[in-house]
Amino acid sequence: MALNMPGRQTVPGKIELPENVVVSRLDELANWCRKNSLWPMPFATACCGIELMATGAAKHDLARFGAEVFRFSPRQCDLMIVAGRVVMKMLPVLQRIWQQMHEPKWCISMGACASTGGVFDTYAVVQGIDRFIPVDMYVPGCPPRPEQLIQAIIDLQDKIQHEGTITGREFDTSQRQLRKRALVEADQLLVLDAARNPVAQRELSAAAHRT
Amino acid sequence: MPHEPPAVDDVLATVTARFGQLETSVFRGQTSLVVPAAQSFELLEHLKEQGFDLLVDVSCVDYLEYRGAKQRYGLVYLLTSTTTNQRLTVRVFVDDPVSAEEKWPTVRSVVPLWRAADWLEREVWDLFGISFAGHPDLRRLVMPEEFTAHPLRKDYPLQGRGERHNFPVITRDHS
Ligand code: SF4
Repeated sequence: MALNMPGRQTVPGKIELPENVVVSRLDELANWCRKNSLWPMPFATACCGIELMATGAAKHDLARFGAEVFRFSPRQCDLMIVAGRVVMKMLPVLQRIWQQMHEPKWCISMGACASTGGVFDTYAVVQGIDRFIPVDMYVPGCPPRPEQLIQAIIDLQDKIQHEGTITGREFDTSQRQLRKRALVEADQLLVLDAARNPVAQRELSAAAHRT
Repeated sequence: MPHEPPAVDDVLATVTARFGQLETSVFRGQTSLVVPAAQSFELLEHLKEQGFDLLVDVSCVDYLEYRGAKQRYGLVYLLTSTTTNQRLTVRVFVDDPVSAEEKWPTVRSVVPLWRAADWLEREVWDLFGISFAGHPDLRRLVMPEEFTAHPLRKDYPLQGRGERHNFPVITRDHS
């Protein structure tokens, strides 16, 4: 046993670790693996797709964040990046592909069009994909710069680090999904945040005070 | 200098000989010809025999509430002769039908003359709701199959009639 190595001093009540040993929870480890090996599904339907390609290409190099393995089969992906406007005729396809992806999976809505319909407020264009599929991150811009998309991926990694467990059971129950759902009510989010976040706690009590 | 196609006077003479005097106009050297809907197929067939072997486009304009317009829809056939390089535009004006049995304005399909008309006429049907009698496969071309309206008509609202909301919502619970 490393801990009982001769010559190592032990303080009662504390465990001293030998060099090159890191202690973590298995959950954290699983999340760390998940967040650093995101395989994007490029659902690039319009001009934002060009920027998505630029993000993956040499100059911006998405590989630095472990998300460079673009796969064109939804079975192999865990991050859907919807880059561009989605028309009505395309929406059933989008939903189908989303359903074909395995849990755990996340979705980034890239650009004004995917998030809100953008300037295309017409009969043929879906006014925000979050009306029909869940979205984890929204990237504003028309088109967003690659840096913005990378920021979204970093933020998503942060989110992933905080939510999963090693068994992945939370990915099938609805309650734990609440935080990930699109269009969650703002005060619901505050309640969920309050446990960890002092700012949210203050806002919540202020809101209670007002009513 | 804009390129102007060769004159089509010789062809117009044969048209006048067979169909009587039709309304024509010339804009920047390009001639267009207005023909009553009942005669459109015969006229286009005649023009094909006169050497207009290429159908470039079939399109449509909705003249609803347009200043001076007498009929609502104006079909546009763009023809070209690949041997003489002559060009001719044929306009066919139609109205919404008045009788209850007929739901759509109808003209005769020109697919038997030019195969190119197949998808072009399907597009006009899809977006303007003009039916082409004798078309082999008159399905929608661009809008989804279950779509019910003809969205390029001027009385169709820009944001649609709620079609873009008619989808199931997938949440985290069922995906
Ligand atoms: S947000 Fe702008 S760049 Fe992106 S798809 Fe829409 S129009 Fe194109």
